[in-house]
Amino acid sequence: MLLKRLYESDRGGMILLAALLLAAIVVPLLNLAVPESSPFHLSTYTVTLLGKYLCFALLALALDLIWGYCGILSLGHGAFFALGGYAMGMYLMRQIGERGVYGHPVLPDFMVFLNWQELPWYWHGFDMFWFAVLMVVLVPGLLAFVFGWLAFRSRVTGVYLSIITQALTFALMLAFFRNEMGFGGNNGLTDFKDILGFSLQADGTRVGLFLASAIMLALAYLACRFIVNSRLGRVVVAIRDAEDRTRFVGYKVERFKLWLFVFSAVLAGIAGALYVPQVGIINPSEFSPLNSIELVIWVAIGGRGTLYGAALGAILVNYAKTYFTAALPELWLFALGALFVLVTIFLPRGLVGLVQGRRKPDRPPPRDETPSGETPATTGGPGA
Amino acid sequence: MKTLDRLREHLRRDRVFDFMLPKVVFSPALDTRHGPILYLEGVTVSFDGFKALNELTLYIDDGELRCIIGPNGAGKTTMMDVITGKTRPDSGSVYFGQRIDLLRLSETEIAQGGIGRKFQKPTVFEQHTVFENLELSLAGPKGVWHTLFARLTPAQRERIDEVLEIIGLTAQRHRPAGVLSHGQKQWLEIGMLLMQSPRLLLVDEPVAGMTAQETERTAELLTSLAGRHSVVVVEHDMEFVRTIARKVTVLHEGRVLAEGSMDEVQNDPRVIEVYLGE
Ligand SMILES: Nc1ncnc2c1ncn2[C@@H]1O[C@H](COP(=O)(O)OP(=O)(O)O)[C@@H](O)[C@H]1O
Ligand SMILES: [Mg+2]
Repeated sequence: MLLKRLYESDRGGMILLAALLLAAIVVPLLNLAVPESSPFHLSTYTVTLLGKYLCFALLALALDLIWGYCGILSLGHGAFFALGGYAMGMYLMRQIGERGVYGHPVLPDFMVFLNWQELPWYWHGFDMFWFAVLMVVLVPGLLAFVFGWLAFRSRVTGVYLSIITQALTFALMLAFFRNEMGFGGNNGLTDFKDILGFSLQADGTRVGLFLASAIMLALAYLACRFIVNSRLGRVVVAIRDAEDRTRFVGYKVERFKLWLFVFSAVLAGIAGALYVPQVGIINPSEFSPLNSIELVIWVAIGGRGTLYGAALGAILVNYAKTYFTAALPELWLFALGALFVLVTIFLPRGLVGLVQGRRKPDRPPPRDETPSGETPATTGGPGA
Repeated sequence: MKTLDRLREHLRRDRVFDFMLPKVVFSPALDTRHGPILYLEGVTVSFDGFKALNELTLYIDDGELRCIIGPNGAGKTTMMDVITGKTRPDSGSVYFGQRIDLLRLSETEIAQGGIGRKFQKPTVFEQHTVFENLELSLAGPKGVWHTLFARLTPAQRERIDEVLEIIGLTAQRHRPAGVLSHGQKQWLEIGMLLMQSPRLLLVDEPVAGMTAQETERTAELLTSLAGRHSVVVVEHDMEFVRTIARKVTVLHEGRVLAEGSMDEVQNDPRVIEVYLGE
């Protein structure tokens, strides 16, 4: 009922959710129930690849929320993704226990290798899953809060904001490269064995992670859609289109930007946390500024300011990337660049703009009013 | 130098530190017992040495409709910036009613406290419908959490309909504000001010670029607002000013050159000189 009222106007979103539901049923079946000899069998490799795409889609969704709707072009969103990934990686590291190469009961291999005697303080607690999950949310959220508080309060906007977000992720990359930081330096965290007691090599675990990614993406989509369709969402678009006007209407623009930014960073962190157990490694290159820029390209290609467009863009571009990097690895970056240029020139509203035709993006019909409009007295409103 | 001054300010023994003063709260019972709702006294604003406002002193009465005219660059927009907290003056004081010191408040606090402002260039939320523009401008709580779950009450809906009627955009309520004509955007912006139920409206060049008919309608609209609200209109168009103004203030080089009825002002030799010299 609530779902229906909220989302009836959102065809693209409904298609996305339906596709996710279908994938969540078909993919596990084809992998687990269909014998390997059958041509319909889906390899575990493919399942993991699909799961990875879903994590990227979640990340793209997070970016679209702030870029498409609030005009904050973050070129450092990869940093929040990577931090979430590291938090999960630390948990997975601690799960290895004595099974490491050096067989130390507590210390991860790289610490033994560095001759460290005890666990640094910030590694404590990561042997517990709930704690790691808490950190997945808290660390990116807190960083986004501090960063956003400083940046938005001093009214840094536009290109300047983009540049400092880029600097942020670059600085974090340099920091995480250092061995003394205690995050495995260059090599990052890897050689994971199991998660919550399930072996990461097992097909069942891989399918489980895929399902978790699909569910998380669906939930995040619904949450974002709820935000965007609320009055808060309209304030945010107002900030994007006329920031001063919004301020003089009486909204504390900085707070709106800040909370949206924090929420987006948390989503990015969750995406990273789901990504790491599937790919089996997290290293500082995830902080690379280039990653964050690629992310922006996914969203632009899919169509910003629509939410589902961002998810679609992430999945399509990464599918193309998988294909290209296998077939013509040296051409990938050129292809991506060309695609980006073509899309910005010919499809300013991205691929979904192509399908949507003339309908305006991000313009749900006014929710607070009956379309006929002239009879305000009849609206008892189910939520009222 | 500024730091030193600030330090001295802190060492003064005849007053408490700023942060210890009770936080100013706007109340509906704005104190206008002495007549004026707005006090500007000795306000100076300089941009790189150039004084856009020069010791400007001006009082606006409660419920008054005041027109402010003056050649380009006289400082009219800068004055509005000062009142609404966008620009901080180098010196002078600005009070809303007897007690509320506007120089201590942020733009948002001033807006929420009852001063609405229309920009010189019409600014509405182009992607939103006319209705949504008014909805966003509703008076009331405007926190992040509140807006996430906010729904319109029947009373608020009625208020929006009422304002739509006042600004003559009832038929356009579902159209995106971006497709409105220039004049309609100006009205919508005035409507957005009305939604905030302000005590004081600052309207910067409302009829710039309007047709004669639109100008006439705007004049009616503004005069109908006076009384319940205090309205300050900045305008170039003399014809327009003559139709609405009871009292006119002429601004020149950042200070008041003349004040009085339109006839008095027009026959003032200093005003004639400024306008002919332009
Ligand atoms: N931000 C600014 N920086 C520098 N000069 C400014 C700024 N804002 C206004 N001025 C100058 O101050 C003077 C007054 O401007 P303004 O208040 O916009 O005049 P008006 O609205 O009366 O035409 C102008 O000479 C203008 O060039
Ligand atoms: Mg001006």
